[in-house]
Amino acid sequence: MAVLDVKNIKKGFGEADVLKGVSFSLEEGQVLAIIGSSGSGKTTLLRCLNFLETADEGEIWVKGKQLLSQSEKEIRENRLHFGLVFQNFNLFPQYTVLENITLAPNLLKRGTVAENKIKAEELLQKVGLSHKADSYPHQLSGGQQQRVAIARALALNPEILCFDEPTSALDPELTGEVLRVIRGLKNGGNTMIVVTHEMEFARQVADMVMYMADGVIEEMGPPEQVFGNPQSEKTRAFLRNALDNTWEE
Amino acid sequence: MFSTVFLQLLAGFRQTLAVFFLTLFFSIPLGLVICFGSMSRFTPLRWVTRGFVWVIRGTPLMLQLIIIFYGPGLMFGLTGLVSRFQATIVAFSINYACYFSEIYRGGIESIPKGQYEAGQVLGMTKNQIFFRVVLLQVIKRITAPMGNEIITLVKDTSLARVIGIYELIWAGESFIKKGLIWPLFFTGVYYLVFSGLLTILLDKLDKKLGYFRG
Repeated sequence: MAVLDVKNIKKGFGEADVLKGVSFSLEEGQVLAIIGSSGSGKTTLLRCLNFLETADEGEIWVKGKQLLSQSEKEIRENRLHFGLVFQNFNLFPQYTVLENITLAPNLLKRGTVAENKIKAEELLQKVGLSHKADSYPHQLSGGQQQRVAIARALALNPEILCFDEPTSALDPELTGEVLRVIRGLKNGGNTMIVVTHEMEFARQVADMVMYMADGVIEEMGPPEQVFGNPQSEKTRAFLRNALDNTWEE
Repeated sequence: MFSTVFLQLLAGFRQTLAVFFLTLFFSIPLGLVICFGSMSRFTPLRWVTRGFVWVIRGTPLMLQLIIIFYGPGLMFGLTGLVSRFQATIVAFSINYACYFSEIYRGGIESIPKGQYEAGQVLGMTKNQIFFRVVLLQVIKRITAPMGNEIITLVKDTSLARVIGIYELIWAGESFIKKGLIWPLFFTGVYYLVFSGLLTILLDKLDKKLGYFRG
Protein backbone atom coordinates (compact mmCIF):
# COMPACT_ATOMS: atom_id res chain seq x y z
CA MET A 1 0.00 0.00 0.00
CA ALA A 2 1.21 3.49 -0.81
CA VAL A 3 2.23 5.53 2.21
CA LEU A 4 1.13 8.72 0.47
CA ASP A 5 -1.60 9.30 -2.09
CA VAL A 6 -2.08 12.77 -3.48
CA LYS A 7 -5.17 13.19 -5.63
CA ASN A 8 -5.75 16.14 -7.90
CA ILE A 9 -4.38 18.90 -5.66
CA LYS A 10 -5.21 22.40 -6.87
CA LYS A 11 -4.07 25.66 -5.36
CA GLY A 12 -4.32 29.24 -6.56
CA PHE A 13 -3.24 32.55 -5.12
CA GLY A 14 -5.61 35.22 -6.32
CA GLU A 15 -5.59 35.09 -10.10
CA ALA A 16 -2.61 32.76 -10.36
CA ASP A 17 -3.20 29.01 -10.50
CA VAL A 18 -0.04 27.60 -8.98
CA LEU A 19 -1.07 23.95 -8.80
CA LYS A 20 -3.45 22.81 -11.52
CA GLY A 21 -4.24 19.28 -10.41
CA VAL A 22 -1.34 17.22 -9.11
CA SER A 23 -1.69 13.50 -8.37
CA PHE A 24 0.94 10.96 -7.41
CA SER A 25 1.63 8.30 -4.85
CA LEU A 26 4.67 7.27 -2.92
CA GLU A 27 5.66 3.88 -1.53
CA GLU A 28 7.15 3.34 1.89
CA GLY A 29 10.90 3.95 1.90
CA GLN A 30 10.89 5.67 -1.46
CA VAL A 31 12.67 8.92 -2.18
CA LEU A 32 10.90 11.29 -4.54
CA ALA A 33 12.88 14.17 -6.03
CA ILE A 34 10.88 17.08 -7.38
CA ILE A 35 12.66 19.20 -9.96
CA GLY A 36 11.53 22.14 -12.05
CA SER A 37 12.18 25.82 -12.54
CA SER A 38 11.13 28.42 -9.99
CA GLY A 39 7.43 29.16 -10.12
CA SER A 40 6.58 25.67 -11.33
CA GLY A 41 4.67 24.96 -8.10
CA LYS A 42 7.03 22.49 -6.43
CA THR A 43 7.42 24.44 -3.19
CA THR A 44 3.67 25.12 -3.05
CA LEU A 45 3.02 21.39 -3.41
CA LEU A 46 5.33 20.71 -0.47
CA ARG A 47 3.63 23.43 1.59
CA CYS A 48 0.21 21.95 0.84
CA LEU A 49 1.41 18.55 2.03
CA ASN A 50 2.61 20.15 5.27
CA PHE A 51 -0.63 22.14 5.62
CA LEU A 52 1.19 25.46 5.59
CA GLU A 53 -1.13 26.14 2.68
CA THR A 54 -4.60 24.70 2.33
CA ALA A 55 -5.20 23.15 -1.05
CA ASP A 56 -8.29 24.55 -2.80
CA GLU A 57 -9.20 21.12 -4.11
CA GLY A 58 -7.96 17.58 -3.96
CA GLU A 59 -7.24 14.92 -1.39
CA ILE A 60 -4.24 13.83 0.62
CA TRP A 61 -4.20 10.26 1.92
CA VAL A 62 -1.59 8.87 4.28
CA LYS A 63 -1.54 5.10 4.80
CA GLY A 64 -5.05 4.72 3.50
CA LYS A 65 -6.54 7.48 5.63
CA GLN A 66 -7.70 10.78 4.16
CA LEU A 67 -6.41 13.89 5.92
CA LEU A 68 -9.22 16.36 6.49
CA SER A 69 -8.62 19.88 7.68
CA GLN A 70 -11.82 21.07 9.29
CA SER A 71 -10.37 22.30 12.57
CA GLU A 72 -7.06 23.66 13.77
CA LYS A 73 -6.56 20.53 15.82
CA GLU A 74 -7.01 18.34 12.75
CA ILE A 75 -4.54 20.44 10.79
CA ARG A 76 -2.01 20.10 13.61
CA GLU A 77 -2.43 16.35 13.65
CA ASN A 78 -2.15 16.17 9.86
CA ARG A 79 1.13 18.04 9.97
CA LEU A 80 2.64 15.39 12.20
CA HIS A 81 2.51 12.84 9.37
CA PHE A 82 5.03 15.02 7.60
CA GLY A 83 8.29 16.64 8.54
CA LEU A 84 9.60 19.68 6.71
CA VAL A 85 13.15 20.90 6.39
CA PHE A 86 13.22 24.49 5.15
CA GLN A 87 15.55 26.18 2.74
CA ASN A 88 16.54 28.69 5.44
CA PHE A 89 16.76 26.14 8.29
CA ASN A 90 14.54 28.22 10.62
CA LEU A 91 16.17 27.00 13.79
CA PHE A 92 15.01 28.70 16.98
CA PRO A 93 17.87 31.11 17.80
CA GLN A 94 17.32 31.30 21.56
CA TYR A 95 17.62 27.55 22.08
CA THR A 96 20.67 25.33 21.98
CA VAL A 97 20.98 22.68 19.30
CA LEU A 98 19.72 20.03 21.73
CA GLU A 99 16.82 22.21 22.90
CA ASN A 100 15.82 22.89 19.28
CA ILE A 101 15.40 19.16 18.82
CA THR A 102 13.64 18.39 22.11
CA LEU A 103 11.31 21.43 22.22
CA ALA A 104 8.46 20.02 20.11
CA PRO A 105 8.57 16.44 21.49
CA ASN A 106 8.49 17.88 25.01
CA LEU A 107 5.61 20.27 24.23
CA LEU A 108 3.69 17.50 22.47
CA LYS A 109 4.43 15.14 25.38
CA ARG A 110 5.84 12.56 23.01
CA GLY A 111 7.87 10.99 25.81
CA THR A 112 9.49 12.02 29.05
CA VAL A 113 11.97 14.87 29.02
CA ALA A 114 14.77 12.39 29.71
CA GLU A 115 13.70 10.08 26.87
CA ASN A 116 13.49 12.97 24.44
CA LYS A 117 16.97 14.10 25.40
CA ILE A 118 18.42 10.66 24.76
CA LYS A 119 16.62 10.48 21.42
CA ALA A 120 17.91 13.95 20.47
CA GLU A 121 21.46 12.91 21.29
CA GLU A 122 21.06 9.85 19.06
CA LEU A 123 19.77 12.02 16.23
CA LEU A 124 22.66 14.43 16.64
CA GLN A 125 25.04 11.52 16.36
CA LYS A 126 23.23 10.46 13.19
CA VAL A 127 23.82 13.87 11.59
CA GLY A 128 27.36 14.04 12.97
CA LEU A 129 26.90 16.95 15.36
CA SER A 130 27.12 15.40 18.84
CA HIS A 131 29.85 17.87 19.75
CA LYS A 132 27.54 20.82 19.00
CA ALA A 133 24.66 19.85 21.31
CA ASP A 134 25.15 22.87 23.55
CA SER A 135 25.92 25.41 20.82
CA TYR A 136 23.48 28.05 19.68
CA PRO A 137 22.40 28.20 16.03
CA HIS A 138 24.39 31.36 15.27
CA GLN A 139 27.57 29.54 16.26
CA LEU A 140 27.07 26.94 13.50
CA SER A 141 27.77 27.00 9.78
CA GLY A 142 24.84 26.84 7.39
CA GLY A 143 25.46 23.18 6.67
CA GLN A 144 25.54 22.37 10.38
CA GLN A 145 22.34 24.35 10.96
CA GLN A 146 20.62 22.42 8.21
CA ARG A 147 21.73 19.11 9.73
CA VAL A 148 20.29 20.22 13.07
CA ALA A 149 17.04 21.13 11.29
CA ILE A 150 16.95 17.60 9.84
CA ALA A 151 17.47 16.10 13.30
CA ARG A 152 14.72 18.35 14.67
CA ALA A 153 12.28 17.16 12.00
CA LEU A 154 13.19 13.52 12.64
CA ALA A 155 12.58 13.85 16.39
CA LEU A 156 8.83 13.60 15.79
CA ASN A 157 9.14 10.43 13.66
CA PRO A 158 7.29 11.77 10.62
CA GLU A 159 6.10 9.17 8.13
CA ILE A 160 7.23 11.34 5.25
CA LEU A 161 10.12 13.78 5.52
CA CYS A 162 10.02 16.71 3.10
CA PHE A 163 12.90 18.96 2.09
CA ASP A 164 12.35 22.33 0.44
CA GLU A 165 15.54 23.05 -1.51
CA PRO A 166 17.64 22.06 1.49
CA THR A 167 20.96 23.17 0.00
CA SER A 168 19.90 26.31 -1.88
CA ALA A 169 20.89 28.69 0.93
CA LEU A 170 24.26 27.02 1.45
CA ASP A 171 27.70 27.84 0.15
CA PRO A 172 28.67 25.24 -2.47
CA GLU A 173 31.30 23.63 -0.23
CA LEU A 174 28.64 22.96 2.44
CA THR A 175 26.03 21.23 0.29
CA GLY A 176 27.86 17.88 0.39
CA GLU A 177 27.50 17.35 4.13
CA VAL A 178 23.73 17.92 3.97
CA LEU A 179 23.23 15.72 0.92
CA ARG A 180 25.25 12.95 2.58
CA VAL A 181 22.90 13.06 5.59
CA ILE A 182 19.85 12.81 3.31
CA ARG A 183 21.42 9.88 1.48
CA GLY A 184 22.07 8.25 4.86
CA LEU A 185 18.38 8.64 5.75
CA LYS A 186 17.38 6.90 2.54
CA ASN A 187 19.58 3.97 3.49
CA GLY A 188 17.83 3.99 6.87
CA GLY A 189 14.50 3.45 5.11
CA ASN A 190 12.98 6.93 5.51
CA THR A 191 10.30 7.98 3.03
CA MET A 192 11.27 11.36 1.64
CA ILE A 193 10.24 14.07 -0.79
CA VAL A 194 13.06 16.38 -1.81
CA VAL A 195 12.52 19.54 -3.82
CA THR A 196 15.93 20.20 -5.26
CA HIS A 197 18.04 21.90 -7.87
CA GLU A 198 20.83 19.34 -7.39
CA MET A 199 20.30 17.21 -10.49
CA GLU A 200 23.18 14.87 -9.78
CA PHE A 201 21.81 14.24 -6.29
CA ALA A 202 18.33 13.56 -7.68
CA ARG A 203 19.77 11.15 -10.23
CA GLN A 204 21.77 9.22 -7.66
CA VAL A 205 19.49 9.16 -4.61
CA ALA A 206 15.90 9.38 -5.82
CA ASP A 207 13.77 6.35 -6.64
CA MET A 208 11.37 8.56 -8.52
CA VAL A 209 11.88 11.93 -10.15
CA MET A 210 9.03 14.34 -10.76
CA TYR A 211 9.51 17.19 -13.17
CA MET A 212 7.00 19.97 -12.59
CA ALA A 213 6.18 22.78 -15.00
CA ASP A 214 3.39 25.37 -14.81
CA GLY A 215 1.61 23.71 -11.92
CA VAL A 216 1.37 20.21 -13.37
CA ILE A 217 3.51 17.09 -13.35
CA GLU A 218 5.08 17.24 -16.76
CA GLU A 219 6.93 13.97 -16.37
CA MET A 220 7.48 11.44 -13.62
CA GLY A 221 9.43 8.23 -13.48
CA PRO A 222 12.59 6.54 -12.28
CA PRO A 223 15.69 8.73 -12.64
CA GLU A 224 17.10 6.61 -15.46
CA GLN A 225 14.02 7.40 -17.47
CA VAL A 226 13.55 11.08 -16.62
CA PHE A 227 17.22 11.94 -16.95
CA GLY A 228 18.22 9.31 -19.51
CA ASN A 229 15.26 9.24 -21.83
CA PRO A 230 12.86 12.13 -21.12
CA GLN A 231 9.60 11.81 -23.04
CA SER A 232 8.44 15.41 -22.99
CA GLU A 233 10.00 18.24 -24.95
CA LYS A 234 9.67 20.56 -21.93
CA THR A 235 11.60 18.11 -19.75
CA ARG A 236 14.32 17.83 -22.34
CA ALA A 237 14.65 21.61 -22.58
CA PHE A 238 14.75 22.00 -18.77
CA LEU A 239 17.37 19.29 -18.36
CA ARG A 240 19.50 20.72 -21.14
CA ASN A 241 19.68 23.99 -19.22
CA ALA A 242 19.96 22.46 -15.77
CA LEU A 243 22.70 20.01 -16.65
CA ASP A 244 24.65 22.44 -18.79
CA ASN A 245 27.06 23.94 -16.32
CA THR A 246 29.09 25.82 -18.88
CA TRP A 247 28.39 29.47 -19.38
CA GLU A 248 30.62 30.20 -22.35
CA GLU A 249 29.23 30.82 -25.78
CA MET B 1 19.14 73.04 55.74
CA PHE B 2 20.23 70.66 53.04
CA SER B 3 18.76 67.70 54.85
CA THR B 4 15.37 69.44 55.18
CA VAL B 5 15.26 70.10 51.47
CA PHE B 6 16.56 66.64 50.72
CA LEU B 7 13.86 65.00 52.83
CA GLN B 8 11.06 67.12 51.46
CA LEU B 9 12.16 66.42 47.91
CA LEU B 10 12.28 62.76 48.85
CA ALA B 11 8.59 62.95 49.77
CA GLY B 12 7.85 64.28 46.27
CA PHE B 13 10.14 61.68 44.74
CA ARG B 14 8.20 58.94 46.50
CA GLN B 15 5.08 60.02 44.59
CA THR B 16 7.10 60.16 41.38
CA LEU B 17 8.26 56.59 41.96
CA ALA B 18 4.73 55.44 42.77
CA VAL B 19 3.42 56.86 39.49
CA PHE B 20 6.38 55.39 37.61
CA PHE B 21 6.16 51.83 38.91
CA LEU B 22 2.38 51.56 38.92
CA THR B 23 2.26 52.86 35.35
CA LEU B 24 4.75 50.23 34.21
CA PHE B 25 2.93 47.55 36.17
CA PHE B 26 -0.35 48.22 34.35
CA SER B 27 0.81 49.45 30.95
CA ILE B 28 3.21 46.64 30.06
CA PRO B 29 0.50 43.92 30.02
CA LEU B 30 -2.22 46.32 28.81
CA GLY B 31 0.04 47.20 25.89
CA LEU B 32 0.08 43.54 24.88
CA VAL B 33 -3.74 43.44 24.88
CA ILE B 34 -3.90 46.58 22.74
CA CYS B 35 -1.19 45.16 20.48
CA PHE B 36 -3.23 41.99 19.85
CA GLY B 37 -6.26 44.18 19.13
CA SER B 38 -4.34 46.24 16.59
CA MET B 39 -3.12 43.03 14.88
CA SER B 40 -6.48 41.25 15.00
CA ARG B 41 -7.77 39.57 11.86
CA PHE B 42 -11.23 40.85 12.86
CA THR B 43 -11.23 44.13 10.93
CA PRO B 44 -13.62 46.23 13.10
CA LEU B 45 -11.62 45.42 16.23
CA ARG B 46 -8.39 46.25 14.43
CA TRP B 47 -9.67 49.64 13.25
CA VAL B 48 -11.21 50.57 16.61
CA THR B 49 -7.96 49.70 18.36
CA ARG B 50 -5.81 51.58 15.89
CA GLY B 51 -8.14 54.59 16.11
CA PHE B 52 -7.84 54.54 19.88
CA VAL B 53 -4.05 54.37 19.69
CA TRP B 54 -4.08 57.25 17.23
CA VAL B 55 -6.14 59.43 19.60
CA ILE B 56 -4.01 58.62 22.64
CA ARG B 57 -0.70 59.09 20.89
CA GLY B 58 -1.95 62.13 19.03
CA THR B 59 -3.06 64.19 22.02
CA PRO B 60 -1.04 65.48 24.98
CA LEU B 61 -0.80 63.31 28.05
CA MET B 62 -1.52 66.46 30.07
CA LEU B 63 -4.89 66.82 28.35
CA GLN B 64 -5.68 63.15 28.98
CA LEU B 65 -4.88 63.59 32.68
CA ILE B 66 -7.25 66.54 32.92
CA ILE B 67 -10.05 64.77 31.04
CA ILE B 68 -9.81 61.60 33.11
CA PHE B 69 -9.75 63.45 36.42
CA TYR B 70 -12.27 66.21 35.75
CA GLY B 71 -14.27 64.59 32.94
CA PRO B 72 -16.57 62.31 34.94
CA GLY B 73 -17.55 65.14 37.29
CA LEU B 74 -18.03 67.85 34.68
CA MET B 75 -19.74 65.73 32.04
CA PHE B 76 -21.82 63.29 34.07
CA GLY B 77 -21.92 64.87 37.52
CA LEU B 78 -19.98 61.95 38.91
CA THR B 79 -17.72 63.80 41.31
CA GLY B 80 -15.31 61.86 43.45
CA LEU B 81 -15.44 58.86 41.15
CA VAL B 82 -11.67 58.62 40.99
CA SER B 83 -9.07 60.14 43.28
CA ARG B 84 -6.31 62.32 41.87
CA PHE B 85 -3.84 59.53 42.23
CA GLN B 86 -6.13 56.93 40.62
CA ALA B 87 -6.81 59.27 37.70
CA THR B 88 -3.08 59.74 37.27
CA ILE B 89 -2.40 56.02 37.15
CA VAL B 90 -5.28 55.42 34.72
CA ALA B 91 -4.18 58.18 32.36
CA PHE B 92 -0.51 57.24 32.43
CA SER B 93 -1.21 53.52 32.05
CA ILE B 94 -3.46 53.98 29.03
CA ASN B 95 -1.08 56.46 27.44
CA TYR B 96 2.01 54.32 27.86
CA ALA B 97 0.18 51.11 26.96
CA CYS B 98 -0.57 52.64 23.56
CA TYR B 99 3.09 53.47 22.95
CA PHE B 100 4.15 50.04 24.18
CA SER B 101 1.57 48.32 21.95
CA GLU B 102 3.15 49.87 18.88
CA ILE B 103 6.61 48.78 20.00
CA TYR B 104 5.32 45.24 20.60
CA ARG B 105 3.64 45.22 17.20
CA GLY B 106 6.83 46.28 15.47
CA GLY B 107 8.73 43.58 17.35
CA ILE B 108 6.23 40.84 16.58
CA GLU B 109 5.96 41.77 12.92
CA SER B 110 9.75 41.74 12.57
CA ILE B 111 10.02 38.05 13.47
CA PRO B 112 10.52 36.06 10.25
CA LYS B 113 7.56 34.01 9.05
CA GLY B 114 9.82 30.97 9.02
CA GLN B 115 9.89 30.89 12.82
CA TYR B 116 6.10 30.47 12.94
CA GLU B 117 6.15 27.91 10.13
CA ALA B 118 8.90 25.91 11.82
CA GLY B 119 6.72 25.74 14.92
CA GLN B 120 3.66 24.82 12.86
CA VAL B 121 5.27 21.91 11.03
CA LEU B 122 6.46 20.62 14.41
CA GLY B 123 2.82 20.40 15.49
CA MET B 124 2.91 23.24 18.02
CA THR B 125 -0.22 25.21 18.89
CA LYS B 126 -0.47 28.94 18.24
CA ASN B 127 0.06 29.66 21.93
CA GLN B 128 3.09 27.41 22.12
CA ILE B 129 4.60 29.11 19.09
CA PHE B 130 4.00 32.56 20.55
CA PHE B 131 5.19 31.88 24.07
CA ARG B 132 7.93 29.31 23.43
CA VAL B 133 9.35 30.43 20.11
CA VAL B 134 8.51 34.04 19.29
CA LEU B 135 8.20 35.91 22.59
CA LEU B 136 11.82 35.90 23.75
CA GLN B 137 12.98 36.96 20.29
CA VAL B 138 10.50 39.84 20.42
CA ILE B 139 11.69 40.86 23.88
CA LYS B 140 15.27 40.94 22.64
CA ARG B 141 14.30 43.11 19.70
CA ILE B 142 12.27 45.63 21.72
CA THR B 143 14.53 46.23 24.73
CA ALA B 144 16.11 49.32 23.16
CA PRO B 145 12.86 51.13 22.19
CA MET B 146 11.20 50.06 25.45
CA GLY B 147 14.18 51.49 27.32
CA ASN B 148 13.63 54.79 25.58
CA GLU B 149 9.98 54.92 26.60
CA ILE B 150 10.74 53.90 30.17
CA ILE B 151 13.33 56.66 30.53
CA THR B 152 10.80 59.11 29.09
CA LEU B 153 8.24 57.96 31.63
CA VAL B 154 10.61 58.87 34.48
CA LYS B 155 10.38 62.50 33.43
CA ASP B 156 6.76 62.46 32.24
CA THR B 157 5.65 61.67 35.80
CA SER B 158 6.10 65.40 36.49
CA LEU B 159 2.96 66.05 34.42
CA ALA B 160 0.86 64.54 37.21
CA ARG B 161 1.07 67.83 39.08
CA VAL B 162 -1.55 69.37 36.74
CA ILE B 163 -4.17 67.41 38.62
CA GLY B 164 -2.56 68.03 41.95
CA ILE B 165 -0.16 65.18 42.56
CA TYR B 166 2.61 66.35 44.84
CA GLU B 167 5.49 64.95 42.81
CA LEU B 168 9.16 65.85 42.69
CA ILE B 169 9.04 69.08 40.64
CA TRP B 170 6.24 70.48 42.76
CA ALA B 171 8.20 69.61 45.88
CA GLY B 172 11.17 71.52 44.50
CA GLU B 173 9.08 74.46 43.37
CA SER B 174 7.48 74.89 46.78
CA PHE B 175 10.81 76.20 48.09
CA ILE B 176 10.64 79.21 45.77
CA LYS B 177 8.12 80.83 48.11
CA LYS B 178 10.80 80.64 50.77
CA GLY B 179 13.27 82.32 48.44
CA LEU B 180 15.18 79.17 47.54
CA ILE B 181 15.69 78.34 43.88
CA TRP B 182 18.35 75.62 44.14
CA PRO B 183 16.01 72.91 45.45
CA LEU B 184 14.11 73.09 42.15
CA PHE B 185 17.36 72.67 40.24
CA PHE B 186 18.38 69.91 42.59
CA THR B 187 15.35 67.80 41.55
CA GLY B 188 17.32 67.19 38.35
CA VAL B 189 19.81 65.15 40.38
CA TYR B 190 17.03 62.79 41.47
CA TYR B 191 15.91 62.27 37.89
CA LEU B 192 19.47 61.77 36.70
CA VAL B 193 20.37 59.24 39.38
CA PHE B 194 17.16 57.32 38.84
CA SER B 195 17.37 57.22 35.05
CA GLY B 196 21.05 56.30 35.40
CA LEU B 197 20.09 53.26 37.49
CA LEU B 198 17.45 52.30 34.94
CA THR B 199 19.97 52.60 32.13
CA ILE B 200 22.29 50.18 33.94
CA LEU B 201 19.41 47.74 34.50
CA LEU B 202 18.32 47.90 30.86
CA ASP B 203 21.92 47.34 29.74
CA LYS B 204 22.07 44.27 31.94
CA LEU B 205 18.91 42.89 30.38
CA ASP B 206 20.32 43.58 26.93
CA LYS B 207 23.54 41.71 27.78
CA LYS B 208 21.57 38.86 29.26
CA LEU B 209 19.72 38.42 25.97
CA GLY B 210 22.94 38.77 24.00
CA TYR B 211 23.63 35.04 24.15
CA PHE B 212 21.63 34.45 20.99
CA ARG B 213 21.19 36.25 17.70
CA GLY B 214 17.87 36.68 16.02
